[in-house]
Amino acid sequence: MSIASVNYSSNGAVSPEPEFPSAQLSIRNVTKVFAGKRDIFSKLSGKTSRDFVAIEDISLDIEPNTFVSIIGPSGCGKSTLLNMVAGLSPVTRGEILLNGHPIQGPGPDRGMVFQNYALMPWMTVEENIRFAVETVFSQQSSKQLARTIKEQIQLVGLEGAEKKHPHELSGGMRQRVGIARALAINPQILLMDEPFGALDALTRGFLQSEVERSWEQQRKTVIMITHSIEEALLLSDRIVMMTRGPAARVDEILEVPFPRPRDRETIDQHPAYHDLKAEMEHHLFRETRAVEESRIQIK
Amino acid sequence: MAVSKPAINHQPKSIENGAPWLNENIKALGLFVISLILFLVFWEIGANLELFAKGMPTASKTLQELWWWTTHPFFDNGPNDLGIGWNLLISLRRVAIGYILASLIAVPLGILIGISPIAYKAFNPYVQLLKPVSPLAWLPLGLYIFRDSEKTGVFIILISSIWPTLINTAFGVANVNPEYLDVSKTLGASRLRTIFKVIIPAALPNIVSGLRISMGIAWLVIVAAEMLLGTGLGYFIWNEWNNLYIPNILVAIFIIGLVGLILDSLFAALEKFVAFGRKA
Repeated sequence: MSIASVNYSSNGAVSPEPEFPSAQLSIRNVTKVFAGKRDIFSKLSGKTSRDFVAIEDISLDIEPNTFVSIIGPSGCGKSTLLNMVAGLSPVTRGEILLNGHPIQGPGPDRGMVFQNYALMPWMTVEENIRFAVETVFSQQSSKQLARTIKEQIQLVGLEGAEKKHPHELSGGMRQRVGIARALAINPQILLMDEPFGALDALTRGFLQSEVERSWEQQRKTVIMITHSIEEALLLSDRIVMMTRGPAARVDEILEVPFPRPRDRETIDQHPAYHDLKAEMEHHLFRETRAVEESRIQIK
Repeated sequence: MAVSKPAINHQPKSIENGAPWLNENIKALGLFVISLILFLVFWEIGANLELFAKGMPTASKTLQELWWWTTHPFFDNGPNDLGIGWNLLISLRRVAIGYILASLIAVPLGILIGISPIAYKAFNPYVQLLKPVSPLAWLPLGLYIFRDSEKTGVFIILISSIWPTLINTAFGVANVNPEYLDVSKTLGASRLRTIFKVIIPAALPNIVSGLRISMGIAWLVIVAAEMLLGTGLGYFIWNEWNNLYIPNILVAIFIIGLVGLILDSLFAALEKFVAFGRKA
């Protein structure tokens, strides 16, 4: 049985598929429409805009302890999808279930890692993590909190930088703080929005390996958005490829069969590596070219 | 992936080929000193030849007066013969009271307006309408309401220094990086915790630059207001004008500028302190 189900049925037709008790996160027929501006002020200023369908009828099931990557051409609504899972952006149609319960809004059961780190610049490394754990574990004693903070700082290898402010750190170190902050609240699911996108190639590779290593230990469910084929192949159990927007859909889901622990040096020796990579490249190339062509036509 | 890297690391250690001690700051200081000397010499000669206006004081006379006033700051021979130190303290006290009251109103009000996009749009017209009004336009109103020159002075400082802080605070609060708010939301932080732990610290650079502009305006306004009020540095200038003694007016102008510079530098340092690598 295929664990992930892709369901293209429209809202009207009830999907005959059974419930997936194994699914931790279940995205069901989700559509996202950004409402256009049609109020009187916009009309007077001639700035009306039409509704924009970012995502159309996406279904996806993610079971526990899997690392899922979402890849697609830019502007395809990957971040929108992740924001809906995070509860930061409401779902227009359909629903997202976490352990069988619909997601109503943001909550600490999902930890988020941001592309631009989103660290508070006025807080030190320690204070940034403290802000998260204090908010989530408000009933814990300060001793317990201090221990959690210390553990997280050790886990991402930031001992000695506790008292530094983000602007004194390199991009890679900042994202370690971002990851530590997301993990410190012990979420069920870790959501990462192009976590290594703003880093230089060497730092990116280093941090990917670190994430791979620490994922082996914790095996948290992860949803990661990425632009990098190699990154997706190194880290994921499953890769969701999305079509171009508007009205983006899931095009295909690839299973990544490589054994763990994985090593970035040797992973390409696996027999399936090059086929998977070629397939992803083909998909991304096709979608990106279509995006470019549609842009030319608009002009 | 061992690609040999060509040596392109020419560190621009010394672009200028001159002596290492001759850096930008030293050059700027040199230019400053030279231009100051030229200006004073031009002034001295011009005044002696009566190039500017009849009876214009010379640079040396003005500097003598400056020395005398700064070495005798605190004497009191009645309201029309008061040491410049006393006058300065009177002005500073008025500015402090009016400015602190204005800040105590503007910062919380700015935060409230900035948090709600509706309030931001709804109250913007008031602020934009009142902001460009010249502070002295409030003077008759203040005199009529308070019937007291001291209170009127404070009132004018308050009403004219409230706007920059209010606008900057509201702007800063309304434009907090949405990612910080997303972090706060994903953690499930309460509204109050978000406001005090995230929104206010994030808007602090804007708030402080608003306070800095307000301070500049308060110091600008007090001199003008005091010309009509009876004491303070503004009145000192007005009094010397009635005495027709120009050197003392120039001394007062210099001291007003110097105090303004010091106040501004204090706020510039505060701005730097709350920036944490951000550009304010």
